[in-house]
Amino acid sequence: MTAVPAMKVSYREAIRAALREALQRDERVFLMGEDVGRYGGCFAVSKGLLEEFGPERIRDTPLSESAFVGAGIGAALGGMRPIVEIMTVNFSLLALDQIMNNAATILHMSGGQFNIPLVIRMTTGAGRQLAAQHSHSLEGWYAHIPGIKVLTPATLEDARGMLWTALEDPDPILIFEHGSLYNMEGELAPDAGPVDISRAAVRRRGGQVSLIAYGGTLGKTLQAAETLGAEGIDAEVIDLRTLRPLDTPAVIESVSRTHRAIIVDEGWKSGSIAAEIMARITEQAFYDLDAPPARVCSAEVPMPYAKHLEDAALPQVPAIVAAARQMVKGHA
Amino acid sequence: MTRPASSEVPKREHALHLLHEMLRVRRFEEKCVELYSAAKIRGFLHLCIGQEAVAVGAMQPLEADDAIVATYREHGHALVRGVSAKSIMAEMYGKVEGCSRGRGGSMHLFDTTTRFYGGNAIVGGGLPLAVGLALADKMQGRTRVTACFFGEGAVAEGEFHESLNLAALWNLPVLFCCENNLYAMGTALERSESETDLALKASSFEIPAWPVDGMDVLSVEEAARRAVGAIRGGGGPHFLELRTYRFRAHSMFDPELYRDKREVEEWKKRDPIPTFAAFLQRRELFTDEDLSRMEEQIAAEIQEAVAFAEAGTWEPVEDLARFVYSEPQNR
Repeated sequence: MTAVPAMKVSYREAIRAALREALQRDERVFLMGEDVGRYGGCFAVSKGLLEEFGPERIRDTPLSESAFVGAGIGAALGGMRPIVEIMTVNFSLLALDQIMNNAATILHMSGGQFNIPLVIRMTTGAGRQLAAQHSHSLEGWYAHIPGIKVLTPATLEDARGMLWTALEDPDPILIFEHGSLYNMEGELAPDAGPVDISRAAVRRRGGQVSLIAYGGTLGKTLQAAETLGAEGIDAEVIDLRTLRPLDTPAVIESVSRTHRAIIVDEGWKSGSIAAEIMARITEQAFYDLDAPPARVCSAEVPMPYAKHLEDAALPQVPAIVAAARQMVKGHA
Repeated sequence: MTRPASSEVPKREHALHLLHEMLRVRRFEEKCVELYSAAKIRGFLHLCIGQEAVAVGAMQPLEADDAIVATYREHGHALVRGVSAKSIMAEMYGKVEGCSRGRGGSMHLFDTTTRFYGGNAIVGGGLPLAVGLALADKMQGRTRVTACFFGEGAVAEGEFHESLNLAALWNLPVLFCCENNLYAMGTALERSESETDLALKASSFEIPAWPVDGMDVLSVEEAARRAVGAIRGGGGPHFLELRTYRFRAHSMFDPELYRDKREVEEWKKRDPIPTFAAFLQRRELFTDEDLSRMEEQIAAEIQEAVAFAEAGTWEPVEDLARFVYSEPQNR
């Protein structure tokens, strides 16, 4: 048996392949959102799908986030498997009522009678000079809400594989695609398929410090780990993959081996998912720690436009390296 | 408004059914007030007393596989739809035998068997759901209708405009039933809307829309039949502005400082139940004996519902975390 050669694809293409596969596999699946059809998707993710699947299943919507997210919930209740695309996480706030008050609550409020098999995809994160209304990382906020699940694919395999697994889930799932990842290219097996969404992954083995990242910060964190390696600091990199439910055992297992933890998160520190992870580490692995856990997060400002200011606001490789060096060697 | 109801006389059996249903909702809610005072029911309790003709009339043309989306003032809608009085009462008691296992309460009655998609307690929040349910039907080639009830307060919400637009744009089978009882909690319609003609607003989305006397069950039924018939025939969404009035306070905590008692008394003269009963008596379709029999039957049903709720059990606290995510049977 000959191995199927890997193909070079982008993160964008990996998601498109996942969408296409879902639309082919299940006639209940349809994609709905602003400019997903004729325009081809704001980030060109759904380009070509309208021609292939038609306007019923690649459904352009008006700029009515609340209505089309709510319609996704209703359609899921009515037996469909909708994929709703929201252009950016900031726009999702216009649909927060539907996500929080309906998608996350109806199963519980109905005493288990009505589940909502809905997938909502949206772009998150900064790094493209889009300023303070297109650049925030609010996935940590969403991870606060019981009743939904929050996925943050950071690799090509996850971009390709998380969607189908999410569609098979009986409950609402939010998928956050970091905007800086769409052009990321790499090798992907042509038979790459659904992936597990319940576990964090160790992306780099190491013994001296656990660097915990997800989504848009994974690449920077892996880069930082390489730099640290050259300095003789052996860093482990954990990709959380799913922010709710958090794979806490994986984090605790890593930290109990390395005895040090740094969380790298593009959200703001205050009340963040980074804060939550830190809390769980101190609750469950306090006596395994050789140093107080640390965080590299975004500066507590709305995202600025100017490149140098945006760079300064975001977690960057040197800051991750410095935090790890400080923790392991006692000096930056 | 559409023509006055007096022009057509319904068949006796159907007329008695309409009256029975309105009276049943009225008596059920009166019992709820009593039980609220006795602290058996807690939380918010929103009564539709005065508005019974709306739910009863509008539901008449609906079939078993149609869907209902309602608001937090939905006891009447649930009862008329066929959710049992027992399971509704048990829900208000917070018992596990309740139609939402005691997790929803008065504002969140749900029932799969009658496709009752809940009391939604976010004003306007149910409209997008109704659009989506209708979208699912359309995409799956079914001719079902989704009836969406909401108050006139929802007209001020963005979700109202977004949903009507989407339903019209996609020609979806939704019956929008706007229960205009003139007050969004304590805010009068003319204090919240620059245009108070709500059917006109709906018409601006190219949705057939007209005002209906919501105090007259026959007018409501006739309008709903016309609209549902058109919707099933592929005519897309329809909008009924059902002009009605809430006789009781907004909820149990409302001292009613915002409206004149005389206004309430004026509207009570148009109470849909005695008005319809008198109409039927004039046509010799209904007698005092019929009324006594009806009252007895309803009292027995309510008594049974209360006994059921009283005898109900509390969900074990160990089950608190259930239904946040689906259990295997949903998969």
